[in-house]
Amino acid sequence: MSTVYFIMQQTMYFAIPLLIVALGGMFSERSGIVNIALEGIMVMGAFFGIGFINIFQKTMSGQTLLLLAVLVSALAGALFSLFHAFAAINLKADQTISGTALNMFSPAFAVFTARMIQGVRQIQFLDTFYIRKVPILGDIPVLGPMFFRNAYITTYIGLFIFLISLFVINNTRFGLRLRACGEHPQAADSVGINVYKIRYAGVIISGIFAGIGGLAFVIPTSTNFNATVAGYGFLALAVLIFGQWRTKRIFFAAFFFGIMKTFASAYSGIPFLKGLPISNEIYKMIPYIATLIVLTFSSKNSQAPRAEGIPYDKGSR
Amino acid sequence: MRRNKLLQVEGFTSFLSSLTAIAAGLLVGLVILLISNSKDAFPAFLVILKGGFLDGAKGLGNVIYYAVPIIMTGLSVGFAFKTGLFNIGASGQFTCGAFVAIYIGVKWGFLPPEIHWLVALTGAMVAGALWGSVPGLLKAYFNVNEVITSIMMNYIGMYLVNMTIVKTVYDSLKNQTKPVMKSAMLPKMGFDKLFNNSNVNIGIIIVILSVLVVYIILQKTTFGYELKACGSNKNASKYAGINEKKNIILSMVIAGALSGLGGGLLYLSGSGKYIHVLDVLAPEGFSGISVALLGMSHPIGILFSGLFIAHLTVGGFNIQLYNFVPEVIDMIIAVIIYCGAFALLFKQIINKMIKKPVIAVTAVETAQNAEIHEIPGDNISESEPEKKEEI
Repeated sequence: MSTVYFIMQQTMYFAIPLLIVALGGMFSERSGIVNIALEGIMVMGAFFGIGFINIFQKTMSGQTLLLLAVLVSALAGALFSLFHAFAAINLKADQTISGTALNMFSPAFAVFTARMIQGVRQIQFLDTFYIRKVPILGDIPVLGPMFFRNAYITTYIGLFIFLISLFVINNTRFGLRLRACGEHPQAADSVGINVYKIRYAGVIISGIFAGIGGLAFVIPTSTNFNATVAGYGFLALAVLIFGQWRTKRIFFAAFFFGIMKTFASAYSGIPFLKGLPISNEIYKMIPYIATLIVLTFSSKNSQAPRAEGIPYDKGSR
Repeated sequence: MRRNKLLQVEGFTSFLSSLTAIAAGLLVGLVILLISNSKDAFPAFLVILKGGFLDGAKGLGNVIYYAVPIIMTGLSVGFAFKTGLFNIGASGQFTCGAFVAIYIGVKWGFLPPEIHWLVALTGAMVAGALWGSVPGLLKAYFNVNEVITSIMMNYIGMYLVNMTIVKTVYDSLKNQTKPVMKSAMLPKMGFDKLFNNSNVNIGIIIVILSVLVVYIILQKTTFGYELKACGSNKNASKYAGINEKKNIILSMVIAGALSGLGGGLLYLSGSGKYIHVLDVLAPEGFSGISVALLGMSHPIGILFSGLFIAHLTVGGFNIQLYNFVPEVIDMIIAVIIYCGAFALLFKQIINKMIKKPVIAVTAVETAQNAEIHEIPGDNISESEPEKKEEI
């Protein structure tokens, strides 16, 4: 049983950032803006979040510091995503191009700033955020050890974001308008919805989530930030497409990938995998191969938002 | 009149907007340098601008050395763009090509030395093509988004190559590949002497040939026309009887082959470059995206944008003399690409700026023509209203 708990706890570290960022991507893409810049925004969010922790860890520690850092990351992500929104919405630019530019800019910015200030590119931080056991909840049989031990608060933030997103996109007026702008912006405009505003909102939400996701990726897996999120932004994009742009399916896609990734990185801690004569690299490949195979059999009917990637022009028919 | 005609040419406006983007990027770079260290900012900025010209022939040689692989990946990404595909998987194709080139270079010493390097390069192309074909096949037959499959193939390629290196051509002391045999290294053809002992070799000729081949395929053949038709309107080209599936697959195969060749060219250049067994994707693949975007996916444009980015990269190495971090170059390139995204806006502005004067000038000229020469055929503006009346 302890193995199951271990796998579950490890999976959270990988799946939660993917979930948060892919949900962010969903808000952007369902409003009609392809956001390939998720990777770059994650780096930006992580950079400012970790930078904040690095500066204030002398005076603060624990969950207060982490929660403040989450806010900083969200803000950084939102501001950085504005560049993408401006290019894609106001200037009707090719969304792949501005996304690629953002992806290129942020790691360079992170390395440059870190090295100019402190000489090395790695930003160190003390991990004072680890929760060995959540009081009371951690003592619940089965569920306790599975979800409320060896965790980080980012896990619960991620699950909270999932529930909120599920509600917002399906049950609110804003969600309906957002989806309308991604499917048929002209129709949305004709009934008085401001397509530009809604699309801005979509991109900014994706920026907030990607910023938080960047921090949520770095905190549990490392004690320094090296100007990279290891391609998780692109993987989140894959999870988004794999999840067919739908909240619940994104949830399952993220956890599918997270479990695969857990087998890949922590197989030596899982007794029945440890004994197998399979090389390390094969385990590392498994998540990607599994995703490819699942996609092959599930992509025939793509449910991508219809107006995705097409700049909205009020004058066109 | 001639100046206005020049401005009206589509390519020239694109060129102008690229130049503006470059100027904007450099300006941002200068501002970043000024903020971080105002004293050394201007000399460092000059060093960036001089780039490869700083060290004479050797510097130029370095520019070419850096440009060779990224022009190839740029061609790869640009070629796929023309077919409406986003080949973000150039990195994986590049790595696979590089590995096969090294494998043949190390192990196939039984080949006659004259063709050893040629076989290694061909192997690199085939490996890249194979790797590129997977996203193509999945896109054509299973409608899987090529962006996500290429991302997955990047990682699978990297891990597979790392695993195979350890089993075949591994130098365990340095955690990297073994050096390739002399006969597998690309012939220098005197370029090394021309560029003062730098690592320039036949690679640059192969790159230029590839640019020409891609140009000819895209501009002068039916196949290229079909590819571009698929890229601009899938449904219309289907209706016109173009085999869309075949074109998607072939486009990805060719794109993969170009990236794979780039990998071969870099790792067979005999410059002391080895694949390190690390869990890092090859950055050349992602530079290729920038090169393709800056070159507007046009083969000739890609050749020059690749050289330009390599030029800046060399400048980036040189500014370390002033204790600046070379990453500022990546920021400059990012800003250039970002501003390049405004091409549409920029073209509109140019058109607005020149449209009115053009009409005014031509009107005056035609009026003059009409007055002086009284040639009715020359005078278009007057004959049009007549036509309207007829209708």
